[in-house]
Amino acid sequence: MTGPENRLWGCRGLRVRYGGTVALDDVTFEVAAGSVAAVVGGDGAGKTTLVRALAGTVRPAAGTVRRPDRRRLGYVSAGPGVWADLTVDENLSFAGRAYGLSADQLEVRVGALLERTGLAAARDRLVARLSGGMRQKLALAMAVAHEPELLLLDEPTTGVDPVSRAELWRLLASAAADGAAVVVATTYLDEAERAASVLVLDRGRALLAGTPDEVLAATPGLVVEGPARPDGVPSWRRGARWRAWSADGSTPPGTSPVSLDLEDAAIVAQLRQDQPRAA
Amino acid sequence: MWAMAMKEFRQMRRDRRTLAMMILLPVLLLVVFGYAASFDVDRVKTVVVGPQAEQAAAALPDRLDVIRTAPGEGRRDAVEALRDAEAAVAIVTGDGQPQVLVDGADLFSARSVVTELRGRPELPAPQVLFNPGLETSAIMVPGLMGVVLVFVGTIATALGVVRERQSGTLEQLAVMPFRARDVLVGKLLPYLGVAVVDLAVIVAVGVLLFNVPFAGSPLVFALGALLFLFVTVGIGVLISTVSETQGQAIQLAIMTMLPQILLSGLIFPLQAMAAGVRWIGYLLPLTYFVQVARGVMVRGAPFEALVFPLAMLAVLGAVVFGLSVARFRRDLAPAGRRHDPGQAGDAGQDETAPARAGAR
Repeated sequence: MTGPENRLWGCRGLRVRYGGTVALDDVTFEVAAGSVAAVVGGDGAGKTTLVRALAGTVRPAAGTVRRPDRRRLGYVSAGPGVWADLTVDENLSFAGRAYGLSADQLEVRVGALLERTGLAAARDRLVARLSGGMRQKLALAMAVAHEPELLLLDEPTTGVDPVSRAELWRLLASAAADGAAVVVATTYLDEAERAASVLVLDRGRALLAGTPDEVLAATPGLVVEGPARPDGVPSWRRGARWRAWSADGSTPPGTSPVSLDLEDAAIVAQLRQDQPRAA
Repeated sequence: MWAMAMKEFRQMRRDRRTLAMMILLPVLLLVVFGYAASFDVDRVKTVVVGPQAEQAAAALPDRLDVIRTAPGEGRRDAVEALRDAEAAVAIVTGDGQPQVLVDGADLFSARSVVTELRGRPELPAPQVLFNPGLETSAIMVPGLMGVVLVFVGTIATALGVVRERQSGTLEQLAVMPFRARDVLVGKLLPYLGVAVVDLAVIVAVGVLLFNVPFAGSPLVFALGALLFLFVTVGIGVLISTVSETQGQAIQLAIMTMLPQILLSGLIFPLQAMAAGVRWIGYLLPLTYFVQVARGVMVRGAPFEALVFPLAMLAVLGAVVFGLSVARFRRDLAPAGRRHDPGQAGDAGQDETAPARAGAR
C-alpha cells in the first residue's frame, strides 16, 4: 500500500481555457509529499490558473488533475483569504471547524499555530488591523490548521516585506517537514531556489521544469556579466551591471562568466523560446 | 476639469449597467408607475345577500360591481365575504332597510363607497368593518412590515454574499470542504434570524405605537412572513450571484424593491391600476405579503381565506430560491466536483477533463 509520504499530487497534460483564451496548455507538474514545489512566472503566465486547477476551482479543458480529498487540501488564494472583520482567533477557529477539528483539537492546534506564526500576541485583534505580512501568516496558518496533504499557495509573499517573506518560507518548510506536499506560486525567482522543484510558466506553457540544479544544468551556453551592455548578444540588467547570454559559450569583450541562478535560467529559456535560431 | 470629465465619461460608458439605469430606468419607471399611480377605484366588488338580494343588486349604483347575489345568506355570510377579501362591500337585505357593510381594510375602495353613499340620502349609511375609522396607518403599517423585511431579506443578504466575493473569501470557501448548500444556509441563517427579530419588533411597534389591530392568528401571520422572507432572501442571493460589487448589488436590489413598493397594492390599490401594469403586481411577492398581513392583522382572516397568497409566496419562493441556489452552486464549485466532501475516499481523487470540453 502506498504511504502518504510517497504520494504524488499534480496534473498531467493540463489545459485550461477561459472562453477562447488558453490559460494553460499541456502542463504536467507533480509534487511529492514532504516537499515544496515552486510555480514561477510573470503576470499572465498561468500560475494562478494552475493553482486553481489543482485546488479544483477551475475546470480543466483537457488533462488530469490529481489532488487529495478537499478535507485534506489547504489553500491560500491570491486574495486576502481571511475574514477582515473577524479576529485572528476567530479566523483560525472557523478554518479549524470547517475542516472538522473537534473543540479539543482546535484549542491545541490554534495555540500551536499562533506560537509558530508569531501571532499569539495578536490573537484577539481584528484582521483588518493586521499588517500585510501578518495577514499572510494567518492565511497560511488557516490553510495548515487541519494538517493538509496538499498545500496550495498563490503568491503568498507578494507585497510582503523581506522579513515576513523569510518567516513565511520557514512556515512553508515546516508544513513540508510535517509531510505536506506544498505548491507555491510566486513571481520571485530567488524564492523558487528554496524549493525542491521548480516549474517556470510562460504564457500558459511550461518553460522549465525540474529541481533547481537540473534547471540550471539544462541551460545551454554561458551567462556572462559586465559593467556595460555587451554588443551582439541578448542582455539584461542585474542591479547596476549587465548580464548576457552567450549561446556559443564564448565570452564577449568586457565581460566575465558568472554562475547563473534561476532568474538567469528563466531569462535564457525565454530568449530561446522567443528567438529559436539563437539557440 | 475637462480631463476629469472625460475620464468620468469613459468610466461611465464602460459601466453599462449604471448607464442603463441612468437612461432607461427613469423612462421605464415613469411609464410603469404613471399607469400605476392612481388612488381612484372605479369599480368596487360587492356581494348582496338576504331575501331581497336580487332587487337590491339591481338598484345599486354603477360603482358597486356586484359579483355575487345570495338570497339564502345573511349578515354573517356577508361579514365573512368581506373578511376573506372576496368583496369590499356587502349589502345585507332583510325586513327593514338594507345594511351596507364596507371593508375598512380595503381603504380606497371603502373611502370611495362611503363618500358616494353619504352623498345619496336615499341609500342607507354604510357601516365600516375592521378599520372603522378608515385609518391609513392600520392599512399601511402591515404592508410596511413587508418593506422592512425586503430591506433585511434582499439588501442585507445580497450585500453579505457579495462581500465574500468582493473580498476574495468566496474562493476560500469554495475550496473548503463545504457543500454549496452548507455555505448558503450557513450564510443566510443569521440574516433570517435578524429578520425574524426585526419582524417581531415591528409588529410590536405597529400594534403598540400605531394601534394597528392584530385580529387574526399569529401563526398564519408568521407563516406568511416566513414564506415572504424565503422569497426576499432568495432574491438577495440571486442578486448576489449576478453582482461583482456591493454597489451593483444595491443597484439591483433597488430595482427589485421599487416595483414592489409601488405595484404591490401597498400604496396604490391594485384594482385602480391599468391592466397593463397590474399583472406586474401579481408577480411580486410583496403583493401577497400585503394581502396576508392586512388579512390577518386587520380583518382577522383565517388560514383558509389566505391559502392563495400563501401558496403564491411558496411558489415564488421555490422558483426564486431554486434559481438562486443553482447559480450560487455554480459560482462556488465551477470545477463541477463530482465528490461529496464527506464521501471521497482516502486515496484522493483524479479529475479528468470532460470529454466534450477536451475534444478539439
